[in-house]
Amino acid sequence: MTDAHTSGPFIAAIDQGTTSSRCIVFDKDGRIVSVDQKEHEQIFPKPGWVEHDAAEIWTNVQEVVAGALSKGGIAASDVKAIGITNQRETTLLWDKNTGEPVHNALVWQDTRTDALCKELGRNVGQDRFRRETGLPLASYFAGPKIRWMLDNVEGLRERAEAGDILFGTMDSWVIWNLTGGADGGVHVTDVTNASRTMLMNLHTLAWDEKIAESMGVPLNVLPEIRSSAEVYGHVKDGVLAGVPVASALGDQQAALFGQTCFAEGEAKSTYGTGTFMLMNTGDKIINSYSGLLTTVGYQIGEEKPVYALEGSIAVTGSLVQWMRDQMGLIKSAAEIETLASSVEDNGGAYFVPAFSGLFAPYWRSDARGVIAGLTRYVTKAHIARAVLEATAWQTREITDAMTKDSGVELTALKVDGGMTSNNLLMQTLSDFLDAPVVRPMVAETTCLGAAYAAGLAVGFWPDTDALRANWRRAAEWTPRMDADRRDSEYKSWLKAVERTMGWIEDEE
Amino acid sequence: MAKNIQSLERAAAMLRLLAGGERRLGLSDIASSLGLAKGTAHGILRTLQAEGFVEQEATSGRYQLGAELLRLGNSYLDVHELRARALVWTDDLARSSGESVHLGVLHLQGVLIVHHVFRPDDSRQVLEVGAMQPLHSTALGKVLSAYDPVAHSEVVEVEREAFTPRTTTELTDFESLLDLTRARGWAADVEETWDGVASVAAPIHDRRRMPVGAVAVTGAVERLCPNGELRPELVAAVRDCARAVSRDLGARRF
Repeated sequence: MTDAHTSGPFIAAIDQGTTSSRCIVFDKDGRIVSVDQKEHEQIFPKPGWVEHDAAEIWTNVQEVVAGALSKGGIAASDVKAIGITNQRETTLLWDKNTGEPVHNALVWQDTRTDALCKELGRNVGQDRFRRETGLPLASYFAGPKIRWMLDNVEGLRERAEAGDILFGTMDSWVIWNLTGGADGGVHVTDVTNASRTMLMNLHTLAWDEKIAESMGVPLNVLPEIRSSAEVYGHVKDGVLAGVPVASALGDQQAALFGQTCFAEGEAKSTYGTGTFMLMNTGDKIINSYSGLLTTVGYQIGEEKPVYALEGSIAVTGSLVQWMRDQMGLIKSAAEIETLASSVEDNGGAYFVPAFSGLFAPYWRSDARGVIAGLTRYVTKAHIARAVLEATAWQTREITDAMTKDSGVELTALKVDGGMTSNNLLMQTLSDFLDAPVVRPMVAETTCLGAAYAAGLAVGFWPDTDALRANWRRAAEWTPRMDADRRDSEYKSWLKAVERTMGWIEDEE
Repeated sequence: MAKNIQSLERAAAMLRLLAGGERRLGLSDIASSLGLAKGTAHGILRTLQAEGFVEQEATSGRYQLGAELLRLGNSYLDVHELRARALVWTDDLARSSGESVHLGVLHLQGVLIVHHVFRPDDSRQVLEVGAMQPLHSTALGKVLSAYDPVAHSEVVEVEREAFTPRTTTELTDFESLLDLTRARGWAADVEETWDGVASVAAPIHDRRRMPVGAVAVTGAVERLCPNGELRPELVAAVRDCARAVSRDLGARRF
C-alpha cells in the first residue's frame, strides 16, 4: 500500500533462511515497505545429509537486496542500516584468499555428525559440554560439523592450520561478503550465532579453547564474537554500497527480539513446520534440568547479554502437512481447522506425533508416534482436532519445563509463524496453557528483529522502549476452558505420550 | 462400443495437454501435438474458452487451463484458506488505518466474521471471530448482497430490522443502495447498525471473479467520518486490501 508510511528513512533486513533468502525493508513504525525472496537448492547427497551451496546463497542474497529496493522504489541513501538474521548452526568453511567455499555448507538438519557427537561425549555422554555451552552434544550444532569437514576434505586441516581457512555460520558468510569478501571483508559472528556452535562459553562469551581443542577445531578459523547490535562494517559493493551492516541474530533469537520480549519471563513461540519457543531469562544463565537448551537471547552493543531458554517441538505444522499429503484427509493445510471445527472435542483421541522420537522435554529417540484412545465413535474430524491439540499440548509441556527451570510463570505467550492463522489452534493453545495468547501485527518477526537490532545500533530507534511502542496486538485469545477439564485432558495426553516410549527396541 | 464424439475427444486431449502445473501453450503447439489443423484446434479452444475451461493469456496469446475447472472440482473456498491468505494484508490495513479490520463471508442469512484484526492501540479488545452480523445494515453485508446472488436472495427475504433511525429497510431503497455499491465498488455503514459506529467494506473475488467474502474497516464515526463524510483515503485503503487478497487468491489457482 502506498501512503505516508512508505517514505524513508528505512532499515533493511536480510533473512538467510533454510529454504530461501529474503530481504525486507521496514519503515520507522516497523511496517513492511518491500519484500523480495528467492529459494535455494536443498542438496541431499545421502540419507540424513543436507547441504547448501553457499555461493548460490550469496548470489541470492545480493539479488533479493536489489529486488527489495527496486520493488519498493527505494533509494539506497534512504537505507540507514542493514541487519542480518539467519538459519542457525549451518556451517561453512571457505578460503579467505579466494572467497571460495571449500565444501557445501552443512545444514543444521544434517545428521552426519551423530557418531562423532557420541564419540566426543566419551564417558560423560551428551552433556559433556553443557555447563559451558548450554547445549547437549547433538548433530545440529556447528562445532562437530567443522571437525567433520576438517577430517573429510583433503588437505583442509593443513590449510586451516596455515591460516587460510575461515569458519562461519551464515551470518558470518553474508557479513564477510557484504563488507568486501577477500578484499577486506570482516570476519565476525554475533553472540547468538556463536552460542549455537558448542564452542562458545556462555559465561565469558568467548571461544572456549579447551572445548575447541577437544573437538579438534583450530582457533584461527573462528570469527571474532561481537554483540548482536553494532556496526560490524560497511557494505562495499552493490546497490547498498556504504550502508552500515549493523546486526546479526540467529533466526529464533531475532523473532524473540522482533516480538519485543525484552523483559525477563517474556516468551515467544514460532509456529511453522516445527515450533521454537524462547523465553527471556534476563542476565541469568539457567542450567536446564528439563531438557531445554540454554542460549544467548541477544546482546545490544556494550550492554550486558540477555540469556534465554529454548524448547523446540519437531513436528507441528508438518503434522498438518502429513495429514494432507500422506493421509489425504484434507486438501489444504487451512482445511484442518474446518474439519476440526466440525466437532466439539477430540472424541477421546490423542495424537502424539513422535515421528522421529520425542524431543524436549523427554529426549527419547526410542519413541514413535501413536494415536491413542480410539473407539468406533472417533471420526476423521476428531483426529483433525487431536492433530491441533498435539501442537498445543506440546507447547504446554515446554512452558511447564521453562517454569520449572526458571521459576518464572508464563503470563502471556506471544506467537508468530504460519500456523497463527489457525484460530482454533490459537484458542486451544490459550485453553491448554491457561494464559492469554497474543499475535502481533507484523507476522515477519524474524526480519523485524534483525531490523530492530540494526536500527538500534545506528540510532534509528533510540532504545528498546521505542521498539515496544511499535509493537501492536493484532489478536488475543483468552482461556475459556475450565480447570478440571484441562487437568483431566492433560493427564490423558501425558498417558498417550507414555505409550510412545520404548517402541524402537534396538537403538544402534 | 459406439463411436465417440470426435470433437469432445479432441477437447479432452487439449485439456490433458494443458494440465499439470503452470502450463501455457500457443495455438500451433497445441495443434501440432494433437495432429490437428490450426483452424480445427482454434475452434475447439474457442469453445472451451467460452465455457471457462481454458483461458487465453492477453499478452502472449497462449492458452492455459481455466478457473472453471477448479471450481468444478472444488466448489467452495475454505474460509480458513481465505483467512490465511488475508492475514498479511488485513494486518497492514489495520496498521495503516488505525482501525479494526473484519473479514466476513455469507453464512445462513447473515455475515459470519471469519477474521478480526484489533485496532492498533493498546485498548482491551475481544476477538469477534465466529460472530454473526446482519446482511442488510452492515458494510460487509451490503457488499456481499451486492455481489453474491445467493446473499442477495437471502437479504430480500429476511426481515430487515431497523437497528437505528438510519437503517435502510425498504426493499426499493435497499436495492438502489446495492446498485450504488456495485457502481462504486464499495459499501459503507454510517450508524446504520450501531450508534456511533461506521465502517467501509469492499469485495474479495477469486480468480473467476466469484465474490468469496468482504473486508471492512470499522471504527468510531467521529474518526471515520470527521466532516460527516467518509475519509476517501480509508475507502482507498480498504479497496487496496480487498484487491491484494483477491490477487493472492487468484495467484495460486493453477
